[in-house]
Amino acid sequence: MSVETDPTQASTDGAGTPATAGTPVCRLDDIEVEGGVVALVGGEAVAVFRTYTDEVYALANYDPIGRASVLSRGIVGTRTADDVDVPFVASPLHKQAYDLRTGRCLDKGVDAAVQVPTYAVTVGADRTVWVGAQQSRDEEPHEPDS
Amino acid sequence: MMAHLRHRLVVVGHGMVGHRFVQAAIERGLTETHDIVVIGEENRAAYDRVALTSYFEVGADALSLLPLGAYDDPRVQLRLGAEVVAIDPTGSAAPDTAGAGSLTLADGEVLTYDQLVLATGAAPFVPPIEGRDLPGCFVYRTIEDLEAIREAASGARVGAVIGGGLLGLEAAKALSDLGLETHVVEMAPRLMAVQVDDAGGATLRRHIEELGLSVHTGAMTTSVLGDDRVTGLGLKDADAIDADVVVFSAGIRPRDGLARAAGLDLAERGGILVDEQGRSTSHPTVWAIGECAAPGGRMYGLVAPGYTMAEVAVDALLGGPGAFTGADMSTKLKLMGVDVASFGDAFATTPDALELVFSDAVAGIYKKLVVSEDGTRLLGGILVGDATSYGLLRPMVATDTNPGIPLPENPEELILPASRGGGSGGVVLPDEAQVCSCNDVTKGQITEAVADGGTCDSPSCVTACTAAGSTCGSCKPLVKSIVEDYFTAQGKTVDRSLCEHFALTRQELYDVVAVHEHTSFDQIVTRHGRGRGCDICKPVVASILATQLNGHVLEGATRTLQDTNDAYLANIQRNGTYSVVPRIPGGEITPEKLIVIGEVARDFGLYTKITGGQRIDLFGARMEELPAIWRRLVDAGFESGHAYGKSLRTVKSCVGSTWCRYGVQDSVQLAIDLELRYRGLRSPHKLKGGVSGCARECAEARGKDFGVIATEKGWNLYVGGNGGATPVHARLLAGDLDTETLVRYLDRFLMYYVRTADRLQRTAPWVDSLDGGLERVREVVVEDSLGLGAELEAAMARHVGGYFDEWKETLDDPEKLARFVSFVNAPDVPDPHISFREERGQSVPADSAGPVSLGTTIPVGPAGPVGSVGAS
Repeated sequence: MSVETDPTQASTDGAGTPATAGTPVCRLDDIEVEGGVVALVGGEAVAVFRTYTDEVYALANYDPIGRASVLSRGIVGTRTADDVDVPFVASPLHKQAYDLRTGRCLDKGVDAAVQVPTYAVTVGADRTVWVGAQQSRDEEPHEPDS
Repeated sequence: MMAHLRHRLVVVGHGMVGHRFVQAAIERGLTETHDIVVIGEENRAAYDRVALTSYFEVGADALSLLPLGAYDDPRVQLRLGAEVVAIDPTGSAAPDTAGAGSLTLADGEVLTYDQLVLATGAAPFVPPIEGRDLPGCFVYRTIEDLEAIREAASGARVGAVIGGGLLGLEAAKALSDLGLETHVVEMAPRLMAVQVDDAGGATLRRHIEELGLSVHTGAMTTSVLGDDRVTGLGLKDADAIDADVVVFSAGIRPRDGLARAAGLDLAERGGILVDEQGRSTSHPTVWAIGECAAPGGRMYGLVAPGYTMAEVAVDALLGGPGAFTGADMSTKLKLMGVDVASFGDAFATTPDALELVFSDAVAGIYKKLVVSEDGTRLLGGILVGDATSYGLLRPMVATDTNPGIPLPENPEELILPASRGGGSGGVVLPDEAQVCSCNDVTKGQITEAVADGGTCDSPSCVTACTAAGSTCGSCKPLVKSIVEDYFTAQGKTVDRSLCEHFALTRQELYDVVAVHEHTSFDQIVTRHGRGRGCDICKPVVASILATQLNGHVLEGATRTLQDTNDAYLANIQRNGTYSVVPRIPGGEITPEKLIVIGEVARDFGLYTKITGGQRIDLFGARMEELPAIWRRLVDAGFESGHAYGKSLRTVKSCVGSTWCRYGVQDSVQLAIDLELRYRGLRSPHKLKGGVSGCARECAEARGKDFGVIATEKGWNLYVGGNGGATPVHARLLAGDLDTETLVRYLDRFLMYYVRTADRLQRTAPWVDSLDGGLERVREVVVEDSLGLGAELEAAMARHVGGYFDEWKETLDDPEKLARFVSFVNAPDVPDPHISFREERGQSVPADSAGPVSLGTTIPVGPAGPVGSVGAS
């Protein structure tokens, strides 16, 4: 949910380590374009994805339908929903599509309540990727800050 | 006497009906219990005798019903050019052997059988008149007859055909086509006396005379004139006709001589007397089908009843209840461009039947409907000059056992030209209406085939799958209109787009990539697609690029296109762990290598299971363990088994001639060679092969996409088989091949498949989807009709030359290895979601209760250069 922003704008100690930006997990370049990695954040497995336009999104790595911690290994692409290109990841187990912005399952016939938790994520000016707190389910999805 | 586990069934006669019997026997599984030997008198396999007249135009190959000269079931042996001279249903001629009876071939060989099926057909009737043996006299029954007629015609001027029935007119057409001035001599007062009435015969006669033929009806031939060869025909009460060529086509007689000599019951007017199932009334292990048989004492001279008898006999041999209780003798044909059809009670023999007639002498059209006294039921009819309504009318006919379809209020509309208010009269065929009488296919079966859940999307596919229209073809227009009406009613259009990102089929995409020489998904989606792709199109593009470029699937930007399993070169399992399958070509493995697999499994705690493809699957590897596991395997000489890829899996083999006392070829060597040749080939779906060393087929090769079965002379190549949810037996593509030719055909077949199949379409549905099906594959692969052979072989040669072991390359490349970590920021912490329990002494996945948190106590990496690998 973030494109190369300057986390210092949020709050910073001046060394590029924002207090509210959470945990630094890797460099942007460690994530393949249209790929994902899994990071351990606060003891939890968080999948961090990078889109073709270098937007970065973070979801819990656990696939609630496949019941395994695998989402970071899925194929990342776009899917049209309500005439908008939605970035999504396809679960490597049974291909359910999850909206990277909201964690909601995009597949028809799946209970609308199925939703993967999302995490705040920012990319520092030095291209360090920070994963923050889990976002509440009802919170509107974050749009890229730019 | 030793008991035979398998029975032998001998079929005498390889004509259309004998062939149909064998086909049905294979399809319905009779060959699971019976070895079938077919004895054919002619040197060629069964061909379409109904279309014999087209031989001069299309040649023997087009008429053949078995172009390869062999059945694709190794348990059926076809012996052509062999004549049976005697049958002995009591078995007394060979008392020392098992079996119910025996028969003797012309060369003296004696064959025993458990069941004997006589399908000897019929012979032309040649009336006993003087001069009938003179050179220049012919009959019209076989391709050889036509060859002889053609040769004689080359030096002749005038031809005469004795007989103005269906076959006589066919023969007359042949003579006319050969450039002869042609006479038709018919004893009855009209042409086609069995099928049409006087008025219909007169209409037909006018058509034929317009084509320049001379018709003599009510003319009895008394002799063939000539001293040392034919010079003409002598007629009773009429002038003689000059002729250099004479063709007898005055009816047929059942060929029941073998049965007569063996003492079998015969019908009064000839033909082997059989019961409703086709079993001889005097010898229960002898069966007769087709024109040589007389079920209920009556002989049937059409192919459709013969086909029914063949199906019924197979059913009876399988213990089924089928019965032949008479046949629909309806006929529709095109004679010299003239439609002629006759159906039901064409001569209005039903008491009080009424006739409705439409006749247009100028246009040469005659149509007659025979209807019941109350005008509600159609009983029969005759159509000459325009038989387009035949397909609609024939299913409407009421018989003793079938009420047919009620006539519309104005039944004459059914035969009036459209310009005068005619048409279908609003008749809608019910589902149970029989559309194809040759193969007994109803309208309901046709709509079912194209409905949701059906397998067909076109009339030609329906013909291939249901057999409707595959014999005489007269119902094809009706099949087409039923399919089109159905699609129209459903508002159905067929969208073959790959996914929302590409409005192309896989084949089109393959061609686009090749033509533009694209090397990346970005180029392809930008130029030919939209959006950024998905889990459907990305793996397809990855597969196409892998085939065309032969690169590593984890190289650069292609990595993120790979499906789950390809992405980590292993098979993901339900708990997110992977299974590992090293290649064991042909299923052959040394004890040393087997021990290595055991040691690796033990050391990594992997659940171990033997696969169906003769190799070993090691389950439960964490993603980050894969490189270490493969390091051990590669060091011991193993390579990737591609169990994770849409690519060649295994080529299964039996032990072959090296050990097996039945083996006739070295199946293990061939299986290894083929597996090593095609390993790593990315394809639209997984590919499996098999090689059996003899016809016992222990490798189950016909359950594979390509199966090879050894013969005494080489290899039979079968294609398009699979197991799984819809099992399909592979079908024979080519027989008795030497190894080099076999490999060449396989190269072409596989590359043709890789290039043109749909995504996730295995070879069986792919073959069926081609226009022409297996025949099309044969044209491209065996006959090289597209001239693609060399190109396909070259593409395969590039694949073979460019092969490398994906796992070994991965181990040698730190960049590729970098992805095999549990957590990008905590590579030493194993994923806590993965846990195991024990079952039967091995580790299996424990069910997941939901996301697992390690809490915040675990130290995670670093502020330093986090996961710096790959950052550049």
